[in-house]
Amino acid sequence: MSPVAGGPVLDVRGVVKTFGENVVLRGVDLSVDEHRVVALIGGSGSGKSTLLRCASLLEQVDDGQVLLDGEDITDPQVDADAVRRRLGVVFQAYNLFPHLTVLDNVTLAPVRVHGRSRSEATDEARELLDRIGLADKAGEYPDRLSGGQQQRVAIVRALAVRPRVLLLDEITSALDPELVGEVLRLVREVATQGMTIVMATHEMGFAKQVADTVCFLDQGVVLESGPPAQVLGDPVEPRTRQFLSRIIDAGRL
Amino acid sequence: MAVRGRRRPGAELSLPAPSALELDRRAFRARRSRRSTLVALGSTLVFAVVAYLVITRSPGWPRVQSTFFSLDNARAAFPDILRGLWLNVQVLVIGGLCVVVLGLGLAVLRTLRGPAFAPLRLLATGYVDVFRGMPLIITLYLVGFGLPALRLQGVPTSPFILGTAAIVLTYSAYVAEVFRAGIESVHPSQRAAARSLGLTHRQMMRIVVLPQAVRNVTPALLNDFVALQKDVGLISVLGAIDAVRAAQIEVGQTFNFTPYVVAGLLFVLLAVPSARIADTVSARARRRQQSGSVL
Repeated sequence: MSPVAGGPVLDVRGVVKTFGENVVLRGVDLSVDEHRVVALIGGSGSGKSTLLRCASLLEQVDDGQVLLDGEDITDPQVDADAVRRRLGVVFQAYNLFPHLTVLDNVTLAPVRVHGRSRSEATDEARELLDRIGLADKAGEYPDRLSGGQQQRVAIVRALAVRPRVLLLDEITSALDPELVGEVLRLVREVATQGMTIVMATHEMGFAKQVADTVCFLDQGVVLESGPPAQVLGDPVEPRTRQFLSRIIDAGRL
Repeated sequence: MAVRGRRRPGAELSLPAPSALELDRRAFRARRSRRSTLVALGSTLVFAVVAYLVITRSPGWPRVQSTFFSLDNARAAFPDILRGLWLNVQVLVIGGLCVVVLGLGLAVLRTLRGPAFAPLRLLATGYVDVFRGMPLIITLYLVGFGLPALRLQGVPTSPFILGTAAIVLTYSAYVAEVFRAGIESVHPSQRAAARSLGLTHRQMMRIVVLPQAVRNVTPALLNDFVALQKDVGLISVLGAIDAVRAAQIEVGQTFNFTPYVVAGLLFVLLAVPSARIADTVSARARRRQQSGSVL
């Protein structure tokens, strides 16, 4: 990992998040440099999604800090909307707007939030849709698309605002196995073009190929992190071994 | 996948005390919320004072006060109006119950499928079309004055009963549509799941569909209930001595409009708890359906 000038894009420092009695994150540290892909792995309830929701200010942290390009975005004085404008988020259940066409889903934020002209945003959206092979679906409504197509549109919607970092929250978990491939291909392409990505995932094989760093979350902390070959191939922590052997047993690696 | 749902050992570990940074943030948020409360209080106070001064110093105020807000007239009219309001409350309770039963029945009839039910479906649709479209006042006149004019044996002549019947006719048409919207809002997969368990259509409606349907439309139903609370005052046009009629009699004797204001305020007081219940129910439904806490 070569350090990039200007420091990390996303820097999570000692983040704590509780829901009532349930402590989900108990001091997570995570640093993501520019053009890097970080994969968060771990069992259900290990806090992967919560960490991403805290980073995108969809949840308020109970302690610690999240820094975006060096700015503390967990400071209550920060304009949360301005911060979210610099982030791209893709959800597990796509969360496309069902009452808008595919094209309108993609151009919504560039036009309404970023003030780009409609024609410019439309051209750009069509180009993005063309790249993922969905140009002919631009006028369709999301519910008429397959899950894989919807998720690819959701990724394009997040990319259309040219975010500083793309947060992917288990984006293939709701998909049929045969549709997972097309979504992962798109993520890989976006990654090779230099996008900074943090993704929570159950796809260990994909994490191994695309991620620069793999972080294993367990009981609300990053228990182990490093290059995928090390964390996935030769983990130090017994808990990581245990988790991976379960994954292998389930035939997922 | 074996991990899913299992409580991990050590999840009960206690957290360290909050950091100074977090304490600062909490203090800032508390300060900010205190400040906005103060601003709200202050602006409300300023508005109240300004409104009070403007109103009481305007030239026509003494006349307005003696015509609409005369304490003596209010005191004199109050017992009669309150007695009348009791009649309104009776109409409200009896009518409200009948509306729910009739409305639910109509809604279920309208959602029946299959050609055998076509006449029932048509009847229910026609009923809703007629009584939702008909102005309530015309229904009141037709039922309240028209039915007794037939001089048929067994037709009640009490304006209380006839007025309640007319209100029930109109409101059950409204409420039937609300219930129908609720029934249709229940996802088809719920019906599939219920039928695949072997439930009959009737069981499916009673055990699976209607409970979810009613929950979905509770805010809309409470809204209609508040509307009903005011419209029970319309039975006064049939001659029933309700709150409105009692106020009217007082006004006719004194030419002072305070009794109307008193009756109106009593109706408002009656409606306020229902409105708050409607708010609470909607808020709870919203909380239940949302996962995120910040937005």
